[in-house]
Amino acid sequence: MVSALPLHLEAATLRRRGRVLVGPVDLSLDARDGGVTVVIGPNGSGKTSLLRMMHGLQRAEGQVRWALPADEARQRQAYVFQQPIVLRRSVLANLAFPLRLRGVPRPAAFAQAEEQAARFGLTGLLRQAAPSLSGGETQRLALARALITQPEILFADEPCAALDGSATREIEARLVEAAQSTRLVMATHDMGQARRIASEVVFLLHGKVHETGPAGAFFAGPKTEAAAAFLRGDIVE
Amino acid sequence: MDDLIAGLAAAFRLIVTADPELIEISIRSLQVTLTAVAIGCLLGLPLGAWLAVRRFRWRRGVIATLNALIGLPPVVVGLVVYLMLSRSGPFGVLGLLFTPTAMIIAQVIIVTPLVASIAHQAMRELWAEYHDLLISMNATKTQRILTLLIDGRRALLLAALAGFGRAIGEVGAIMIVGGNIDGATRVLTTAIALETGRGDFALALGLGIVLIVLSLLISGASHWAMRTERQGRW
Repeated sequence: MVSALPLHLEAATLRRRGRVLVGPVDLSLDARDGGVTVVIGPNGSGKTSLLRMMHGLQRAEGQVRWALPADEARQRQAYVFQQPIVLRRSVLANLAFPLRLRGVPRPAAFAQAEEQAARFGLTGLLRQAAPSLSGGETQRLALARALITQPEILFADEPCAALDGSATREIEARLVEAAQSTRLVMATHDMGQARRIASEVVFLLHGKVHETGPAGAFFAGPKTEAAAAFLRGDIVE
Repeated sequence: MDDLIAGLAAAFRLIVTADPELIEISIRSLQVTLTAVAIGCLLGLPLGAWLAVRRFRWRRGVIATLNALIGLPPVVVGLVVYLMLSRSGPFGVLGLLFTPTAMIIAQVIIVTPLVASIAHQAMRELWAEYHDLLISMNATKTQRILTLLIDGRRALLLAALAGFGRAIGEVGAIMIVGGNIDGATRVLTTAIALETGRGDFALALGLGIVLIVLSLLISGASHWAMRTERQGRW
């Protein structure tokens, strides 16, 4: 199968009403399987904007170039939002939705959705209305739904930010499991989580990529003063 | 007061004896209105959803026009449709004036902006909620609109009911284009207007009560069919 990766960003910039949210960013994401790229940085440094720009949720200036045409590349991606978005339908219909959009016939889509539900411990909730789920269940559903199309790359924007300890552990385990076969790009403000699962780090500051590198080296000895200060827990401005 | 009591008595008598004329005009009322609302929904609901989803140059203008058209005076609509359908008008050859079809045409014009505007408002809120997800999942424009229509169906039912309410109680337009012809284009509202003019208040009131009961039945039935207020929060 031809890969949508590598992804190249060249001077990519995201603006809203003239204000730069993130950029200009030059960054490459290689095709290596199972990598976990963690995007870290203080609040307002542009983590969410970077992910949205890569995924193409907002039109960016500069270049966001996939190895495939944009439309095909989009089909190989999935995104998990910080505040999970669920359709006002049953859990089953939510899981089947991405498949139905791709033209999978209803019985086949529902059968796959049931399998996916079993994998994610959602079987007992299949008939329930998705908006009535708890926070942890909702995020689990969002992740299961994102992965049902077996995307090549998964963007996750602080997927555990609104969750308690046990739900965080559960989602994190699912993400690590998914990362076996899917390239994972995750934004987080939780340094413990970043250390646990990152294989590569992108450190953002003031909307710009301040430092990148393999996780081990970054956490052992960051090259820039700002990254070192951020890791120490200092307030970085 | 006497008129009111006489009206209730008249209504009771009309219903209990299943007055054939009453049944005929009630059925015609429902036929005209339901057909007009159905066509209005077919046009208005997708239009409302489309306006919520698409961004184009004249969007604000179209929405403002739509909202202004809600206040369209039915009499004027009737007059314009009359001129269009009259013998000397552009569609005169169709011979539609003073037929139920003409009444349906007029009511579609009255109902569609209302349905589209309410649908647009509801769809806009739902679209704000679903926007990122549908873009992320690469849904096509048609799929986006369909998803909004399906998931917002309860709000759309409300739009349809508002359209029904406006159409079933409307006199001005259908009086002009229908002509209130006995046995052909007489409906409940035009019959009420006629009986009031004649001074037969009891019969007019009786017909009015039948009209109110009919519209309550329709809205109750559609709510029941859509199971509003029964499943969760939507």
